[in-house]
Amino acid sequence: MSDGTASGGERFEVVVVGAGPAGSAAALTLARAGVEVLVLERGDYPGAKNLFGGILYTSVLNELLPEFWAGAPIERHIINRRWATLDDDSQVALDLKSAHFDVPPFNNTFTALRAKFDRWFAEQAEEAGAMVIPETNVEGLLTQGNRITGVRTGREDGDVEADCVILAEGANALLAEAAGLRPLMDGTNRVSAVKEVIALPAEIIDDRFHLEGDQGAGIEYFGGAVDGMVGSAFIYTNRDSLSVGVGCLIDDLIRTRTAPYELLDRFKAHPMVAPLLRGGETVEYATKMIPEDSYSSLSDLYADGVMLVGDCAGLVNPSIHHEGTNLAMASGVMAAEAVIEARKSGDFSATKLRLYREKLEESWVMKDLKRYRDTVHFLLDNREFVDDYPKLTVKLIRRYFTIDDTPKDEVLTELWRTIRSEVSFLKAARQMWRARKTML
Amino acid sequence: MGIDIKRYLEPHKSPTMSERLDMVKRRFADTSHIEVDQEAFRADAERAVLFLCPAQVFKLNEQDQTCIVNYEDCLECGTCQVGRRYTKWRNPRGGYGVTYHYG
Repeated sequence: MSDGTASGGERFEVVVVGAGPAGSAAALTLARAGVEVLVLERGDYPGAKNLFGGILYTSVLNELLPEFWAGAPIERHIINRRWATLDDDSQVALDLKSAHFDVPPFNNTFTALRAKFDRWFAEQAEEAGAMVIPETNVEGLLTQGNRITGVRTGREDGDVEADCVILAEGANALLAEAAGLRPLMDGTNRVSAVKEVIALPAEIIDDRFHLEGDQGAGIEYFGGAVDGMVGSAFIYTNRDSLSVGVGCLIDDLIRTRTAPYELLDRFKAHPMVAPLLRGGETVEYATKMIPEDSYSSLSDLYADGVMLVGDCAGLVNPSIHHEGTNLAMASGVMAAEAVIEARKSGDFSATKLRLYREKLEESWVMKDLKRYRDTVHFLLDNREFVDDYPKLTVKLIRRYFTIDDTPKDEVLTELWRTIRSEVSFLKAARQMWRARKTML
Repeated sequence: MGIDIKRYLEPHKSPTMSERLDMVKRRFADTSHIEVDQEAFRADAERAVLFLCPAQVFKLNEQDQTCIVNYEDCLECGTCQVGRRYTKWRNPRGGYGVTYHYG
């Protein structure tokens, strides 16, 4: 945290650090309410340094900008979701494809590329009256006693004072961590993910993934896809490219001495994956961290003159749902609403900004994070769920459907024998009971 | 369809790390935004940053067992500092570092 007071003399009512979904949602909401808001973005343009796997969840976006899909640079709406588990050479999957998802609001699930989407979203905030300045890094926070009073940027005379600072700096939460506003990032609350954008003509993607028009598919892979680590791999269809990547808990990568790009190479070469990528040319390689902070270890997310939103606050659903962008936008809107309320009394102290946390708690955001508060720790303590059980599932189902003139009675006996030899029943029963409560 | 189907039946070729890095537009600053505590690095039996960094920014200097930091290759994920606390990572100056085209 920078010490002392501002020099330079710029002043806004609110400064938002970072023009991602959370920051721009906050800025848009504030600007619409007539609040003077400045968004500082360190990239060349909003979105230049932003990344995600590829699914944009849009319930909040559709409230902010109804029927955004008509104008926003999104890729496809997802009508097909698949959750697959791999072993060395086979796949078992749950496949959901529905016409329900093919009509507005398209199940609030779209593929997107962030350099395009985030730029557009920040422009919507600008059009509403927010000021967005790119190429500006915030190096520290200005303070007076315990109160955050503004930001110190890397520009000359670059201090900006504000009644309230909204930190939307992303998963690499340097400012929030340095200011003691969140627990330290560590190997159990951060996933490291790598992704390639692989170009393919839209017609090839339509054909290969059984899609037409703007329909899209999202496939997530577990178990052998990530060598039994806590993490997953994915393929998402964009308009004329695929987003293909892997992400694992950093402690697991260290424990197994795995390089993320080698894991990605192995995943892409898997016999059940490689045919989906044929003829595709990688046009971008990118990497980011994903927060998997447990609800139990979240900080307050607000203090005198400051609030944390989006990834920097740790607002990602760590379960199979893996939602992030919708939580980010919801938090941005709620932080903005807290500012609008605090502005009435001119008091931006923690006592007033607590409203932000209260709104989060009342909403689906914290209800979901609370529900999945133990997911990551459960998986770390019960590794069978990411390693042995997925592989065993593939093995059992493969055997069940293998045609080799073994009488089916004998096949079933053999399957029970396999289960009994590889699974401790009491332990598994206990685990399933806990899994139901922590993961479902 | 107007598309040369055969071309899209060829296996996907995974790029090398240098090909991967060449795909990403980067503006290099004069000074490094990553510092390594060399003593802590030497004392770390795992030397995790050497394989953990998704951009292979960190290389081992075999001669003196120090850590070489090719900060120009950094894709700004921050994994190195979280994995092991002996790397100190700052954001590159505004307008420097990575600019993703797709993201």
